[in-house]
Amino acid sequence: MWHDALLVAAKDLRIERRSRVSLNQVVPYALMVLLLFGFAFDQDRSLLAQAAPGLFWLAVVFAGLPAVQRSFAIEAADGASDNMRMSGLDPAGIFLGKVAAITLQLFVIEAILVGGVVVLFHSRLAGGALLAATTVISTAGVAGAGVAYGALSVGLRVRETLLPLLLAPVLAPVVLAATQAWRSALGLSTTSPGGGWRWFGLLVAFTGVYLAGGVLTFGTLIEET
Amino acid sequence: MRYSKASEPGPALGHQHLRRALGWSAIVTLALTAWWGLLISPPDVVQGQLVRILYLHPAVATMCYAGFGLCTLASLAWLWSRTRSRRWDRLAVAGAEVGSVFCLVTLVTGSIWGRATWGVWWTWDPRLTLTAILFAMSLGYLALRRSIDNSHARSVASSVVALLMALTVVVDHYATSWWNSLHQGTTLWKPDPTVHGWQLATMLLSFLAFGLLTAWVVLHRYQLEVLEDRYEQEGTQVALAARRSEAASPGLAGPGQPGPSGPGSDLTGAATRDEPSTAKTPSELGAR
Repeated sequence: MWHDALLVAAKDLRIERRSRVSLNQVVPYALMVLLLFGFAFDQDRSLLAQAAPGLFWLAVVFAGLPAVQRSFAIEAADGASDNMRMSGLDPAGIFLGKVAAITLQLFVIEAILVGGVVVLFHSRLAGGALLAATTVISTAGVAGAGVAYGALSVGLRVRETLLPLLLAPVLAPVVLAATQAWRSALGLSTTSPGGGWRWFGLLVAFTGVYLAGGVLTFGTLIEET
Repeated sequence: MRYSKASEPGPALGHQHLRRALGWSAIVTLALTAWWGLLISPPDVVQGQLVRILYLHPAVATMCYAGFGLCTLASLAWLWSRTRSRRWDRLAVAGAEVGSVFCLVTLVTGSIWGRATWGVWWTWDPRLTLTAILFAMSLGYLALRRSIDNSHARSVASSVVALLMALTVVVDHYATSWWNSLHQGTTLWKPDPTVHGWQLATMLLSFLAFGLLTAWVVLHRYQLEVLEDRYEQEGTQVALAARRSEAASPGLAGPGQPGPSGPGSDLTGAATRDEPSTAKTPSELGAR
């Protein structure tokens, strides 16, 4: 399973390196989302600094949707998904490989977005361990849920509209918990310092549910739908 | 690709009496709830006339969760190979649709109650937020079902989504509870309920009435799925058989079909007579 996961992740990242769709299209889009948040809040510096964690995670979710769609669009062309099904690769390995590839792409987008939040919203980074741990586990959760639902909609005529409808409510706990954990890490929260780690625990539960659910059901999804 | 047993019989006509009894019971108990709730039950000491919305809102919210619970359990039964049966998929969609409608009614009645009690149409209360997320997820589930034509693929995808959504709801429950809480706690299902007399009786009656209504609608929706399955399986065959038998009968040929009495009947009629007929009667098709 792990070997198959590495193969699939390497394949997806190789396609991204050659096509640079995420870098050339998704990253500018995510930065535009941050700018639009600035317009929506009327350049209120204190309000933007307060809301920065939530705006950051909303931008990540907005960027995650096209990343997931792109990950399955490359499988839809030329019957690639059928070839993958017949390749004998472990479905759980395919799932984990796709999750790993999307997670790595989202890390790059997030690194650029963090720069955007610091420059545009005047946020001061703090609470390194909680900030980093939350970012890693939330990104894996977004990617895990995205791949699980992306596999469902890959062959459908209405996949472009169906995926956001399926995924947005599912990612609500990630936006909520990751925002609260970041607020705690950045010292913006009025709750106790341990509150941030409590939210982190919830994110671990969410990510665990989607990674376990994806590993268990991905084979059924790609073979029977 | 494996296909589920779509041809297995549903409860269909055998449950007509049950459905009829449930329907009449639901109508009678709903009418009784309206009578008790609007005319017999006194105004509340604290909430005044506003208490009357509580004869609707808690029961509807409970039925919303019952509908989604049914969808989750039926999806689980469908996914497990030992219990896999088309029946579970029909129950899952019936539960989800009924749950979605009651979820919307819960949001609307809760919003009206919140405006009168808290002064706002919406507040970020955990239960409100969770119910809104649940409603959005149910819309996604139903949209997914409508997007897939193949019934087996539809059952697989929607069952997996139903299970993932149920797990998400558990995480959501903790997330929204930790975040903020305004909603009133349990008033009814505890050893010493805070409602008494006619109020308690009317609330309990409302649960019975909406429970019967839910069971009635779920059974009807299930029956509709049975009919849709039958239409998918037999509709084309019956239509083809009818068309072939129509073509085979010389006097009944339509305007698009050449016949002895139509224009050019000499040529086409001769051709029709010379060719052996390949049409089959409905009984022949049914016997295959």
